[in-house]
This record gives sequence, C-alpha cells and structure tokens, in this order.
Amino acid sequence: MGMTAMSSNSIPISETVSQVAERKPLSEILHEWVITVDHKRLGLMYIGLALLFLALGGLEAAIMRIQLAVPHAHFVSPQVFNRMFTMHGTTMIFFVAMTILFGFGIYLVPLMIGTRDMAFPRLNAWGFWMSAFGGLLLYFSFIGGEGLSGAGTAPDVGWWAYAPLTSPAFSKGHSTDYWTISLLIAGFGTLATAINFVATILSMRCSGMTLGKMPLLCWMYLVTGGLLLFTITPLTAAQLMLMIDRYLGGHFFDTQAGGSAVMWMHFFWIFGHPEVYVLILPSFAFVSEIVPVFSRKPIFGYPIMVAATVAIGFISMSVWAHHMFTVGMASYSNAFFVLTSMAIAVPTGIKIFNWLGTMWGGQIRYATPMLFCLGFLFQFLIAGLTGVMLGAAPFNWQLSGSYFVIAHFHYVIVGGILFAVFGAFYYWFPKMTGRMLNETLGKWHFGFFFIGFHLTFDFMHGAGILGMPRRIYTYEPNRGWETWNMIVTVGVLFQAVAVLCFAFNLFWSYFRGHATGNDPWDAWTLEWSTSSPPPAYNFAVIPEVKSRRPLWDLKHPEDPDWRYE
Amino acid sequence: MSSLPATMPITETPWTLPSRGRVGMFSLIAGETAIFTIFIVAYIYYIGKSLSGPMPRQVLEVPIFNTICLLSSSLTIHFALRALQGGRIAAFKLFWFVTLSLGAIFLIGTGREWYRLITKEGLTITTNLFGTTYYSLVGLHAFHVSAGLVGLLTVMIFALAARVNQEHAERLDVFSLYWHFVDAVWVAVFIVVYIVGR
Amino acid sequence: MEESQGIPVSKSRVLVSVNDWSAFRTLAVSFGLTASSFAQSAAQESNSTNIFAPSSTPADSIFRLSLLVLAATGAIFAVVFSMLLYAAVKFRGRSGDNREPPQVYGSDQLELAWTVIPVLIVMVLFIASARVIHAVQDARRPPGTIEVTAVGHQFWWEFRYQQYGFVTANELHVPVSDPGRSSPTFITLLSADTDHSFWVPRLAGKTDLIPNHPNSLWIDPQEPGIYLGQCAQYCGTQHAKMLLRVYVESRADFDRWVRKQQAIQANAAMSPEALEGRRVFESTACINCHTIEGTVADGRFGPNLRHLMSRDTIASGAAPNTSENLRAWIQNPNAIKPGSLMPAMNLTNKQLNEVTEYMLTLR
Repeated sequence: MGMTAMSSNSIPISETVSQVAERKPLSEILHEWVITVDHKRLGLMYIGLALLFLALGGLEAAIMRIQLAVPHAHFVSPQVFNRMFTMHGTTMIFFVAMTILFGFGIYLVPLMIGTRDMAFPRLNAWGFWMSAFGGLLLYFSFIGGEGLSGAGTAPDVGWWAYAPLTSPAFSKGHSTDYWTISLLIAGFGTLATAINFVATILSMRCSGMTLGKMPLLCWMYLVTGGLLLFTITPLTAAQLMLMIDRYLGGHFFDTQAGGSAVMWMHFFWIFGHPEVYVLILPSFAFVSEIVPVFSRKPIFGYPIMVAATVAIGFISMSVWAHHMFTVGMASYSNAFFVLTSMAIAVPTGIKIFNWLGTMWGGQIRYATPMLFCLGFLFQFLIAGLTGVMLGAAPFNWQLSGSYFVIAHFHYVIVGGILFAVFGAFYYWFPKMTGRMLNETLGKWHFGFFFIGFHLTFDFMHGAGILGMPRRIYTYEPNRGWETWNMIVTVGVLFQAVAVLCFAFNLFWSYFRGHATGNDPWDAWTLEWSTSSPPPAYNFAVIPEVKSRRPLWDLKHPEDPDWRYE
Repeated sequence: MSSLPATMPITETPWTLPSRGRVGMFSLIAGETAIFTIFIVAYIYYIGKSLSGPMPRQVLEVPIFNTICLLSSSLTIHFALRALQGGRIAAFKLFWFVTLSLGAIFLIGTGREWYRLITKEGLTITTNLFGTTYYSLVGLHAFHVSAGLVGLLTVMIFALAARVNQEHAERLDVFSLYWHFVDAVWVAVFIVVYIVGR
Repeated sequence: MEESQGIPVSKSRVLVSVNDWSAFRTLAVSFGLTASSFAQSAAQESNSTNIFAPSSTPADSIFRLSLLVLAATGAIFAVVFSMLLYAAVKFRGRSGDNREPPQVYGSDQLELAWTVIPVLIVMVLFIASARVIHAVQDARRPPGTIEVTAVGHQFWWEFRYQQYGFVTANELHVPVSDPGRSSPTFITLLSADTDHSFWVPRLAGKTDLIPNHPNSLWIDPQEPGIYLGQCAQYCGTQHAKMLLRVYVESRADFDRWVRKQQAIQANAAMSPEALEGRRVFESTACINCHTIEGTVADGRFGPNLRHLMSRDTIASGAAPNTSENLRAWIQNPNAIKPGSLMPAMNLTNKQLNEVTEYMLTLR
C-alpha cells in the first residue's frame, strides 16, 4: 500500500534522475491527482473542493445580506433570493462543512493511528469524486434547471425541501430535482466515507493503540462515521421517495392523495439533526487536539470525553422533532423531544468543562490555532445556550422560523465549526506542506473574522426576538428591524476581509512560508513523528505505541504517560 | 524522523484487529438497514390510509414459494462457503450455483407477481398510497437482490473458470454477509407487507 | 396561574404596563441588555412584533417561561465565561519559560459535579416547559369561545367564521378577552396548498398550517389594538408578503364588524361606472378565483371580496387598500407582489377604472 500515484514505478531512482523527473508536464501532474487513491491527496482535494464552495456559498450569503440591509430593497427579485437561501444552505452544509471535515479526517486519521492509508483507498477516491460531482450537478442547476419561467433555475425550496412545496404541482421544472439528485449522489459518497472511517479506525490501528489509547480526534471520527451510517441514509431514503413522487407519480408526500407532509419532515430531520452532530464532532476533534498542545497539558478527562462523545452520538438520534415543535404534534410528543434535546446539552457541556480543565493550570501559548479555539469555546458556549432556549418547546414556538434560529445555528456552524476549522488549518498546514502559515496574517484573519462574526450573528438574535421570520426576501419598514439588519450586513464586510486575509495567507505561505520540520508545535500524536509533508507511505516503519501521547513518552522518557493512564 | 519502535517496548500480546472487510460490510449493512427502516416506517404509517383503489387484502397473494426459495439460498450460500473453506471446490460451485438460481427464481417470482398486480388488478405505483409504498418497498428489496445476484454471478463465472479457491473463502464470507442481510430484510418486508398489512 | 373556565389566566392582567413587569424585566436585563430594550420599546410601538411584549395568555406563558430559561442560561454563561476568561488570562505561558506544567489527566469529582448539576438544571427546565406545553396545547374551550378556521393559501389567509356564516381574508378580527369572562378565539389551521405558519408574536407562538394535517391555536388578547404578524414557514415565492393583521376590538365593535360582514351587498346604491365594473367582473375569469356573495362569483382560489373595502390592506398586507393600489393590483399583481398567483387580467384602462369603482362599493 505504500506505492501510490506519486512514484510511477517501484525501481529506486537516483538523485539526479529524480530531480529531472520533478519537472513533470502539467498534464501528468493533473493525471496523478485525478487517479490518486492516497488519503493525503484525497484529503487535500476534499479541502480544496470545500474552499471553492465556501466562496460560492459566501457569495450567496452576501447577496442575501445586501438585499436585506434595508427594507423593500430591489437588489434581487424574490425568485432569485429564494434560490440564494436554498443554495447557500445546501452548499454550506453538504459541500463545504462535510467536505472540509472529511478532508481533514481523511488526511489525519491514518497518520494518527500509525498506518499507511485508509482501509479502502479506492472507495475513498470514489467517495471524493461522488461529492465533487454532486456539487457540480447542484451548481449546474443555475443553467439547466428549467423552471416554469424558462431559462435555468437553481432550486428554491429551501435546503430542507419541505413537502408539498417540492411536489410537481408546486415545483415545476427540474430545479428541485437538481437538489434531490445532487444530494443523492453526494450522499452515496458520504456513506462510502463513513464506512471507510469506521473500518479504518477499527481495523488499522498500529500495534499497542487500543481504542483507549487513540487520539480523541480518532474517537470523534469513529463516532461521526458510525452516526453517518444511520444519518445520511434516512435522507437517501426520503429523497428516493421524493423522486418516486416526482417522476413515477408516487404519493409518499402527496397530501391530495392522503399522503403526509409531516412524514417528510420526520424523515428529513431524522437525518437533519444528527447531521449537525456529524458536523460538530470533527470540530470537537480539532479543538481536542489543539487545546492540549497549546496549553501544554493532556486533554482533561479523556475517558469522559470519549463517553460524552458516544452519548452525544446516541442521544442525537432521538432529538430530531425539536425542529418540528410548531407542526402540531401532541403535547406529550413535544415534551419528549424537549427532554431529549435538553439531555444532549449535558454531555456537550461536559466537553466544554473538560476543555476548560485542560487549559486550567496550563502554560497557554496564543498562536493562531489557539486563538481560534478560544473563539470556538466562547462561541460554542453561547450557541449551546441558545440551543437550550430553542429546546424549551413553548419558547421555540416564538423563536423557531425566525432570525433567532438562524443566529443560533450560524453561531454553531460559523462561530463553532468554522473557527475550529480555521484553527485546524493553522495547526496542520505545516504538516501538510512543510511550511508555517504566517502568524501576523493569521492574527489579522482572526481579528477581522471575530469582529465580523459578532457584528453579524450577535445582532441577528435581535431581529428574531423582534419577530422577523426567516426566508423572507424583504420586510416591512415599520417593525423596527432595519437597524439590526444593517448591522448584520456590515459584519459580512469584515468577514469577507478576514477570509481574503486567509486565502492570501494560504497562497503566500505555500510558496514563501517559514519552512518547518516534523514537529513545529512540540506536539504529541503520531502525525508529528513523520516528515512535513509526510512521504507517500506515511511512516518508514509502522510505529508501536504504549500511551495516548507517544511523542510525549519519547520526549519525556523519565515521565512517560503510560505510567499514569 | 524519529523512529519509535527502537525506544518503545514491544507489546507482548498479539495485536489483532477485526478484518476491515468485515467491518466495512457491517457498516454498509447498518446504513442499508436505516434506508429500509425508513421505507418500512412509511409503509406501516400508510396502512389503511389509501383514499381509494385496491386494498392489500383484495390483491395480495402471500408468496410462500418465493420466500422459501430466498431464505433457503441463505442456507445454500452457507454450505457453499463451508465447502470452499474445506477446499471442496466442486461442492462449492454446486451450492453457489443453487444459491444463484434460488435468488433468480425469487426475482422472477416477484416480477410475475408485479405483472399480475399491474395487468389484472390494476395496481400501479400511482394508484394509491398502498401502490406507492408497496412497489417502493418491494422494489427496493428486489433491487438489492439484483445487486447481490450480480455479485453471485460474477463469482460464479470466476469459479467456472477455475479461478476461485480456498484462499478466497474469507472474502466470499464477507460477501455472504450481504446476501444474508438481503434475506433478513425480506423477512421484515414479508411480515410487514403480507401479514401485518393485509 | 389562576384558571378561568379552563384557560390559565395570568394574575396580573395588564400585561403591557411597564410598572407591573419591571421586576421581571430586570431579570431579563441581567442576561442581556437587549432583552430590556426590546421590552421597553414594545410598550410604545403598536407595530411591534416583539416576542417579549405579550398581550395574550399563550404569548404570556411563553414569556414567563422564557424568563426562567434566560435566567438559567444566563447564569450558566456568567459562570462558565468568567472561568474561561480567567483561565485564558491567568494561565498564559510566560515567554521563555519552556517547562511543562503539571500534567493533570482529569478529576472524577469534578466530572461528577459538572454532570450532576447540568442534569438538575435540565430537569427543572424540562418540567417548566412541559407545564406550559400542556397549558397551551391542551387548553379547553370555554363557552363564549370564538371559532375561526384559517386556511393558508399561497400567499394569503382565508378566515372562515363558521359560527357567523361568513368568510373573509387576511385581516382577522377578534373580540378582546376579559380575564374575568374569558372569550378566547380558537383558530383551526388548515392549508389549501403548501405549508404555512400563523405567527403573531405578541399573541401566541406560531403554529403551522399543513395540508391534510389540521392544527389549532388559541389567543385571548387582553388589550385592544392591531397586532401584526406574518407567515413563518416558507411557502413559495411570496412567502415574505403573506402578512397578518389581527384586529382586537371591544365586544361591541367586534359584533358590529360581524354584522357588517354578514350583510349581503345591496345592488341599488351603485354608480353606472360601478355597475359596468360589476358586469366586467362577472364576465371575466375573476369569478373563477374570487367569491362575492350576491353575484355569480364563487371561486375559492383567491380571497373572498364581499367586504373588500372593510379591510385596511390588500394582497395580504402587501399594500394599503386605496383606489390607486387597487387599480394597480388588478392591472398587474406582479408589480406589487412579484410571484403572486393572481394573473394580470389584461383589462383595458376603461375596464380597470370600472372594476376598481365596483370594488370600492364592496364595503
């Protein structure tokens, strides 16, 4: 498994010949990347795909915010606006968040468990290309959607695609089908990746690395993979049913034939809620790796962190109908989902306390990865608390469907997940490229983004409390929403500047960043024991480990971890 | 690059992990179980809710013979693998062929039932909620049977070309997990459609 | 809370007065300054859709629960945030100091503490929520309840007053409810097409209108006035302009409004232009979508127009109900509400004037 596309033959090449061979024609380089099954390359490809869609999704957000900055604006028509929020949500969840988190996981997990690749390298590649094609198909809808009004239209049914709005009667043309099919295709890729994570983590760990000794990141991806098996598949099933309704004249969600619109909601949210845990668990993973290293202490309460993660995985499958509190379920049903939704706050809170405990008594170094993790902790705390508010069903009857909810989940996804992802970039970029990202630019990135994030999403709560519903292309001027909306829009500018800083940093540092060796951060997990970037085969000799922090043991032979675990 | 093994004590107990093929197949089965569960939930929810059209009791005939065929094929694939593990290639080929045939008989039987339902009873996927959920659920299962048959046929061809032997037993055992899963799903579908739903 | 004929009624019945609620408001302030400023401004603005300015029992029950939830989450935030801030500052590494700090792996007691305490908080919040859920969802209807059926359409609201035998659209009139002699309005929620949601924040939480899935909500507004709201479940292109106006009136005013709505249009008082407009109306496709009792028009796709001029707005709140707007709307609905399902009727200018004149007679 050591031989990948990087070296096209197995005969050792002498120095001078390999130098000549470096200057390969572009077509050959591209070809290597296209046919690669190397987890590191596929990981980078996932990340690259995600950044592309991040730009597109961000553009869609900017368009919406410009339209909403003032009441009764005419920046875009309602039809275009409705496509914007649909595409923004669909893009960000499926083609930004999932792909970037998969990318990091696929890159890191084999390195962290001391093996050469994922369990199924070709399946890994297949999963990537399915995701890429799904994204392409979704965006092709802008030209090929054929709505009733003529030229191509992207889907405009919201990223949840509620029935019966998606029925042929109310969604003419093919725009909804682009939503359905692109996600179906990407979903198969996701399922493949989930299988790969589970099989890799269970079957490929290096000698001595019991489940209790593997890095927390690997636990998070194991639970994520397991959760995905039961999470993405209900969406696949529901989408197949929708296709049967739209193309074969079925009646799954056809209310005129006695079908149930609420059933779509149940199936969608049985996917949709665990999905957000699929997104947050890898983010927890990054924070759980970065905070200890920059606090110079091991993660506080490793076994409890594992237990909490598994608990979150299980409980997350029982909370879905808190997205449906306004749908008219019986009072005892509503009460049940209040209980489970509140209950999941307990293991989630435990994690926050454990990260806090990791920092406590440490020697915290505030490099950019740690800054982003600090932002994560602050913002995820708030996001969790607004989540508790939303979990109290009667309060939810006011807050749901309003800008309060949008503020809440952007707090989780941007304030939590994206901050953790940025942290992960700064932390692992050196490993992936052999160069450090620029610290100064990193701090500017953090500063601008922090300000922009809070301008936008703190004040967004206000609009929701004042009764502003979501998914509206304009609003009345007499509701007192104008100032809040204007501030929210201004925040986008700061975030855009920050992201430009980041993009520039990525490019500049790739070519001119400070060169680094194996272990620039003085860290403790296996990926830091190999070169930066790692060779195609990851490790010259497959390692054996005795504790959760094998490199700590090496660096501190007088006081190794395995004496205390 | 630091080389870990030189300074680390080697673990004494042998390091064994579950086979990745087996874990992968169980994971796939877990995902597929979720898909079928959603279709079964939809089926159960819509029992008795059709606004019109033929009702299950009026048109469904319990497919006893088909079911026996499919469930027996789980037995025969098991025997085939036992034979392969024991190196008895001829017995393996025979049992594998019987498995394949039983699966094919099941599919043909489903096809014949559908033909009868469509042409004689006027039940299609668009007729009513029963039609929609019935064809979807049974069809989804039949699709998975077909996929399994493709796999069975592929192995059959390799076996006939004398390319399958004992060393492949483990891998084919993993494949047989899929086939057992397909049969287990049929048990659930059978109970829900032909017993509970009628 | 006391119960009056099955409906939980708040003890302090004047919900909008600043004095009575100042104590509760201070609690909210401790969580965030914004909550306080919201509540203050709501008292003055009648256009407010502030969820913290309830004027009806369901909204009030929610408001009280929200204070408890805000207090709990506010306290948690204060504690955890200050610890986070403290740790971030106190345990900064000194530059040049490369010694590793004591490697602490965990603490069972701490883990127990910060598991048990959150579990207790969860139990309290769950029980508080469950009580309000039950009080609101399982409330019984006292005698004197007004029954209305709301049918959601793309992109307007149909209101059927079956007790009184008439149908109107977009503007809901209800009598004010005396806490002593409760006369709530129960609204059955249906849909003619896709999902919608009825949300008038100051009166109640939102409840969805889902085809083939009847729901209901109730309100017992205790202060007369106009309460604004809008559809809160994305239903298509013009979801944004599916606005709601709830007119809470004294019993006398409400009864007067009902009698007006029940009256059938008299023919005699129309000008020749209006009569011609009626002729145009009745011979054009208008009658396929609209109903005007007393004419041949009995379409159900669009709003009932019998007493159109008794409404302050047209197109479900998209424009004030003036003759200019009426004319513009009939000429080209997409100019006011792009994506509205009413087609432009391609009338001549003369016909437009006539039909508008006719509309103006529909008081």
